[in-house]
Amino acid sequence: MTVQVLLPGVLATLAGGDKHVHVEPAGTTLGDVLDALASEHPMLGRRIRDETGQVRRFVNVYVDGDDARFNGGLATPVRDGAEVQVLPSVAGG
Amino acid sequence: MTDLLAIGTRKGLWLARSDDGRRTWTLDGPHLLAQEVAAVSVDTRRSSPRVLAGIQYGHWGPTVMWSDDLGGTWNENDHGAIRFPEDTGAALARVWQLRPDSPDRPDVVWAGAEPHSLWRSTDGGSSFDLVRGLHDHPHRSTWQPGGGGGAVHTVLPDPGSDRVTIAMSTGGVYVSDDGGERWEPRNKGITVVFGPDPLPEYGQCVHKVAVDAAGPDRLYAQNHFGVFRSDDAGVSWSSIADGLPADFGFPVVSSPHTSGTAWVIPLVADMQRVPPGGRLRVHRTRDAGATWTELGEGLPDGNWSAVMRDAFCADDHQQTGLYFGTRDGCVYASADEGDTFTLVADHLPDVLAVRAARLA
Repeated sequence: MTVQVLLPGVLATLAGGDKHVHVEPAGTTLGDVLDALASEHPMLGRRIRDETGQVRRFVNVYVDGDDARFNGGLATPVRDGAEVQVLPSVAGG
Repeated sequence: MTDLLAIGTRKGLWLARSDDGRRTWTLDGPHLLAQEVAAVSVDTRRSSPRVLAGIQYGHWGPTVMWSDDLGGTWNENDHGAIRFPEDTGAALARVWQLRPDSPDRPDVVWAGAEPHSLWRSTDGGSSFDLVRGLHDHPHRSTWQPGGGGGAVHTVLPDPGSDRVTIAMSTGGVYVSDDGGERWEPRNKGITVVFGPDPLPEYGQCVHKVAVDAAGPDRLYAQNHFGVFRSDDAGVSWSSIADGLPADFGFPVVSSPHTSGTAWVIPLVADMQRVPPGGRLRVHRTRDAGATWTELGEGLPDGNWSAVMRDAFCADDHQQTGLYFGTRDGCVYASADEGDTFTLVADHLPDVLAVRAARLA
């Protein structure tokens, strides 16, 4: 299956400048999608997740518009043709 | 001859240069804008000096970056220079220290990090291996985080042997005599005010350690209350705080050439992390801590900022230059061992780390 990942501009540079990246995950969960993304773009992958695989604290990931944190985290089901959006959360100083 | 001062701040890195014998400085930056640079180092052992920076991309995590053209371009390892092995279950939180080893070990760079961990690179800092000997130490689970987080923040490889001395907050001083395989705590005499036992074997909140010019056995420690000296590689420590206006503070810096000479910047206390009376001052000893002299020409009164543990350093000129930055974004330099200071920069973000180097 194919999933479209939407990236903010600051991360798009790590995917060749493209804010819309298509990945073909090996499975049907958000974790599989992020694995596929990291496999192709390792630097991008570790901006989103730390080395334990957890999504970084101030990174939000949405699957078809729903915040994955409240829908199963990395186990959130992802359908063929889904849209996964990565956004920085409200943080800073 | 150019003198370079790398200034790591909470929101980027600046490089100050002096081409007139450290009299005047020009500021170049920001580099790595908006990234926290808590650790910085200039590795002059290479054909082109390498600036190493331990950075935190706000939202996107920490890593080590490096520049071989003085900030013109920056590089990072695709997979992260510091990456906890899977079996540890840990994730890098912050790089606190980057320390090139001796010229005899030209590609070796050490890193101290949070959570408590020590790392060793053999490729100039582009990738690091976890020092398992420390990670597997039975004390590790009892090392607690201080206010800034639990980290190895000081790494002192001995250029003449396989000894490595580290300091942690909290945890204290640990020493390995075999390059990092086996470690023992060396804190006897260093006091604790935040636990029931004032003199535990380990667990101290040692803020910084510096090595005396005479050799690796004499050490100075700025503690979370208390300034101490060891003459036996940390086996025992004695207070050298008499004569200081306060014994709290973060950095301690030693002379690279003159034994017995070291500098501290006192703050009132842990609950009042400001210079005594608002007078930002450096204190210098010429006799290994027996006496201290206040140095303040060129430094401000009415200053209620603080100097962090890595925001104070010395250069390696015969007449030692000193450099420090404050949390209110000012950087001061002295070309005469602290007798007088001049302002290098102001209005920067909080200064977290400074390192000086001489470039050919």
